[in-house]
Amino acid sequence: MTTTGTTPPPTAAPSPVKPRRALPLPGRREAAPGRGQASPLVRAALLLVCFLWLVPTIGIVVTSLRTPDAANTSGWWTVIASPLDFTQWTVANYRQALEAGMGNAFINSFAVTLPATVIPIMIAAFAAYAFTFMEFRGRDILFVLIVGLLVVPNQVALVPLLRLYGDLGMTGTFAAVYLAHIGFGMPLAIYILRNYMSTLPKAVIESAKIDGASHFTTFWRLIVPMSVPALASFAIFQFLWVWNDLLIALLFLGPGEREVVTVAVAGLVGQQQQGWQILTAGAIVSMIVPVLVFLSLQRYFVRGLTAGSVKG
Amino acid sequence: MIRVINAVLAIVGGVGAALLLYYVLNKVVEGLPGKWEDRIKPYVFIGPAVLAIGLYLLYPAVRTIILSFANAQSTAWVGLENYTDLLGSRDFQITLINTLLWIAIVPAVTVAFGLGIAVLADRLGPQAEKLTKSTIFLPMAISGVGAATIWRFIYETRPKGEPQIGLQNAIITLFGFDPVAWLQLDTLRVNSFLLMIILIWAQAGFSMVLLSAAVKGVPEETLEAARIDGANERQIFFRVIVPQIWGTVITVFITVLIVVLKIFDIVYVMTNGNFNTDVIAVRFFNELFRSGDNGRAAAIVVMLMIAVLPVVIYQVRHFRAEEAAR
Repeated sequence: MTTTGTTPPPTAAPSPVKPRRALPLPGRREAAPGRGQASPLVRAALLLVCFLWLVPTIGIVVTSLRTPDAANTSGWWTVIASPLDFTQWTVANYRQALEAGMGNAFINSFAVTLPATVIPIMIAAFAAYAFTFMEFRGRDILFVLIVGLLVVPNQVALVPLLRLYGDLGMTGTFAAVYLAHIGFGMPLAIYILRNYMSTLPKAVIESAKIDGASHFTTFWRLIVPMSVPALASFAIFQFLWVWNDLLIALLFLGPGEREVVTVAVAGLVGQQQQGWQILTAGAIVSMIVPVLVFLSLQRYFVRGLTAGSVKG
Repeated sequence: MIRVINAVLAIVGGVGAALLLYYVLNKVVEGLPGKWEDRIKPYVFIGPAVLAIGLYLLYPAVRTIILSFANAQSTAWVGLENYTDLLGSRDFQITLINTLLWIAIVPAVTVAFGLGIAVLADRLGPQAEKLTKSTIFLPMAISGVGAATIWRFIYETRPKGEPQIGLQNAIITLFGFDPVAWLQLDTLRVNSFLLMIILIWAQAGFSMVLLSAAVKGVPEETLEAARIDGANERQIFFRVIVPQIWGTVITVFITVLIVVLKIFDIVYVMTNGNFNTDVIAVRFFNELFRSGDNGRAAAIVVMLMIAVLPVVIYQVRHFRAEEAAR
């Protein structure tokens, strides 16, 4: 976990989560109860909660490694009794799951998620720059509109889009999905970036202007490099969001040759005669990328969260 | 392999085209006389973003409102029929009641739980705190589909006498009870509550992380002062800490509320709205995709928009206040 207490998110609104000072300060919490002074009861309670939080996930990891016979006739927890009985363990489930369409879906997920993550960043960065450093008519109204759109559910767009895509013959193409995600992600991207840019020192921009730099140059040479943390926050958030999305992928791509991992796993749940071990292996294949991204870049993700999760 | 290349091409093409567009427009605008350059350039910078938002959010939202007054194929106007049909059907009333239950329970429980963990974990040593929070936070990275798969192994039912592979039934049969088909148990909406637990499991980490940051931001002096005045830990928590982090509590509450309003994947994968577990977003999907009824699907979305409207207003006012305070 990142020490969120010491890394205030770059985003100001909507959350007033701004630790008023960094931790730890000498002399802080010297009176009871302070750091490292949890009572045994508190420790036990937290241990129990952590255990309860992990158990469901451990269940599918264990099941995905068991033979079909074992997985379908006994609970996964029975392995605790004989963990060294190697006849019950297998990795064949993963091979089967990949062959049953998960491998294909895995690639499809990248084909949707990468464009949906990278393309909006630049478009949003330009817009955020204009909202932060330029004066123009309608600026405040437009930005308020964007703030309002943050919480509007994507469902508002789906009925007409499904018809429009049908008319254009775009249904079932990757572009149909990633273009939609670019549109849906845009308010959040502009919002995160604009809030971050407005914390950058104005003096730097002023002096660039005096040196004769155009807005275009200032943007590329100064603002984009300085905004990397916010760009990363949004990128991670959008990546997880698009990769984990089921609704839009189901509507615009559906099951079949071009299905993404979420659609594929939802399909496996529906056809359980294939067996639990395939479903669990498939689910883990679908989760491995976001979990790795999340664990390695948690710090940026947490920063983006403050603003990010209000996305509609 | 071709798909990967296509994806790369889409990225390079998309980013490249956008860059070129900005570059060319920028050059054109720079050629204009000074005053005009300053006037037009901002619109060049925000243009593509505004276009994307207009095309994918504003225009479809307006279309949706219009379509909600038309029939299933959007070929004729039907007035308010979609609304009266939906609100008059017992099915949809159950859907609304379920959605209200989700709204009443999930955000409040998620906030309370997240705050509890945040405050308790704050007393651990740094390493233990980090580990605890990571554990609770991890489900944030897991998709609704993944979470539903994971929780199948808690709620799965096998006929009596067979070994149970679902944890919950394994535990109750251990105590001599008969196995229960949990997801079909709609007495007192037990199955809906079990689905809510999945969402709480997934969202608690988010709540905990934001609230933990807020709790750590409470100035030590205020706690000190309360202690000197003889307040006990409970009083300090409710009278000193909670009021100071109230803004964050509201933010987390609203965020989870929005997640709940559009909850789709967990319910879709677990029950597809059967056994009286239907919620508004699943119903929307089934009207649109299964029944192909554009009118009803649009009407459901309009109801969703009306439900979200107060949150939008709050969000905008909150933003204005924050801006003014800057």
